[in-house]
Amino acid sequence: MIEVEGLTKRFGKKIAVDHLSFQVRPGVVTGFLGPNGAGKSTTMRMMLDLDIPSGGSVRIDGKHYRELSEPVKYIGALLDAKAMHGGRSAYNNLLCLAQSNRIPVSRVSEVLDTVGLTAVAKQKSKGFSLGMGQRLGIAAALLGDPEILMFDEPVNGLDPEGIHWIRNLMKALAAQGRTIFVSSHLMSEMALTADHLIVIGQGKLLANTSMADFIQENSRSFVRLRSPQREQMRDALHAGGLSVVEAADGALEIDGSTAEEIGELAARNQLTLHELSSQRASLEEAFMQMTAESVEYHAHSGGAGGVGPAAHTAPGPQWGQHDNQGKGA
Amino acid sequence: MASVPAVLQSEWTKIRTVSSTIWTLAVAFLVTVAMGFGLSLLFKSTFDDLSDAERVTFDPTFVSFSGMILGQLAMVVFGVLVVGSEYSSGMIRTSLAAVPQRATFLFSKIFVAGALALVVGLVTGFVTFFLGQAALGDHGTSIGEPNVLRAVIGSGLYMGLIALFSMGVATMLRSSMLSLGILMPFFFLVSQILASVPKAKQVAKYFPDQAGSKIMQVVPNALNSEKPPYTPWEGMGIMALWVVAALVGGYLVLKKRDA
Repeated sequence: MIEVEGLTKRFGKKIAVDHLSFQVRPGVVTGFLGPNGAGKSTTMRMMLDLDIPSGGSVRIDGKHYRELSEPVKYIGALLDAKAMHGGRSAYNNLLCLAQSNRIPVSRVSEVLDTVGLTAVAKQKSKGFSLGMGQRLGIAAALLGDPEILMFDEPVNGLDPEGIHWIRNLMKALAAQGRTIFVSSHLMSEMALTADHLIVIGQGKLLANTSMADFIQENSRSFVRLRSPQREQMRDALHAGGLSVVEAADGALEIDGSTAEEIGELAARNQLTLHELSSQRASLEEAFMQMTAESVEYHAHSGGAGGVGPAAHTAPGPQWGQHDNQGKGA
Repeated sequence: MASVPAVLQSEWTKIRTVSSTIWTLAVAFLVTVAMGFGLSLLFKSTFDDLSDAERVTFDPTFVSFSGMILGQLAMVVFGVLVVGSEYSSGMIRTSLAAVPQRATFLFSKIFVAGALALVVGLVTGFVTFFLGQAALGDHGTSIGEPNVLRAVIGSGLYMGLIALFSMGVATMLRSSMLSLGILMPFFFLVSQILASVPKAKQVAKYFPDQAGSKIMQVVPNALNSEKPPYTPWEGMGIMALWVVAALVGGYLVLKKRDA
């Protein structure tokens, strides 16, 4: 159990983490979600006592991190893939880590085998690809056979096979009863792995809920229709007490009803329909709505250096443009 | 709390498993020995050209350590890389997550690296001395003469302290490039130049390398140089104070700053 209480981090005048309080419970995968620059990495670094909090505290089973006698046996963490000495072999990088926490040397070969790096164990880690570096970082996290595992953006830069592998690994580790705390800026990724969700934006807690509740509350369902008699259709819907939103392509979107009801309504009014379908807004959109206010780096229309109000017409691609921003914040 | 023997073992593994350790220490040894040998040969062949004052104050022990001026730079690189590579590689976060007691982490690393530098320094000192005396021939001295053994052991201490000072500076600056960019010109140029400029040398003789290197002299005003206002061991003490200051400064930075 990790308890974060009133955790705050200021960098000069900027508040990176703002009175954050939450708990990470054992036996489930807890997703830690937020846009880039929301303070996820800073929070995780404070949990490991790498960054010193400006206020508040983190307790791991009631103890401060630096009170843990051999922390690698308690918490395994993957912060960034390249937190190893490139001039040292994969094996030796893990060996010095194992020795510092009195972990049996045999564990080094075991975890290298678990992550599939046995063949390159004697190679210098600077020649590793991003995916191999990520696997080495995960091997380091698993080294002490810890009850708590923390992964910061583990799928970043991985190929589909690597992503698949990490997802299954996390699920398997949680199934063994371990506490898994994993950060991401991708809702779709969390939806596949996390049981519980903590969402932050600009360092503030936005949601702390189970995944099932989040889906229930946040995925808007609506009916979409297209009709050549659009105005009559609109009037008929209004007469039926339904609110109508016009989509960009001229289709109508209706909240709070079902396709069956609307089909029958159209039939009663003898209106022609070209399309009638039930729609569900993606979790990605729900997440984006939730964090829209707190996104730190907006893409501006008009390319680099463009000044002016943020264009929100197509929020999707904006995320991809910021993969490397705000990581160091 | 972390087990100190375990952390020492881990730091020893870190040091012995990177190639920079081997080449910096090998260069420190080879350059000091080879340059000392070469300059000793040169002094032997040009001994008759020295002035009377220089001949009276001729210090064969100190002459054999002439290579230290370059050899110490390799020790600087060793000390800087031991600490700086933690920062440049990002390993520091892995290291501190494993050993969150920052004093234990830092001083274990410095103890292991300092001990290694001291051993290499002592070996270098003795080899340099005996080869240098062989090159000087009739003008040489022997290890049994007064104060000679002190100078030879002192040369090893000097190399160890140079490495420790560099580790302290690198911990304060948290960057190999920045540390090398300051320490190399300082030891190779600034300190040497200021030590020969009137007035400036009154200050420069308290610099760590100037004060510490006096331990390698058997004749206090060797080669007609100015006699320092402190004894060789006091000079070493001044250098040790610089080292303590650098290490304490490094520890305070490590303790206060985010990793």
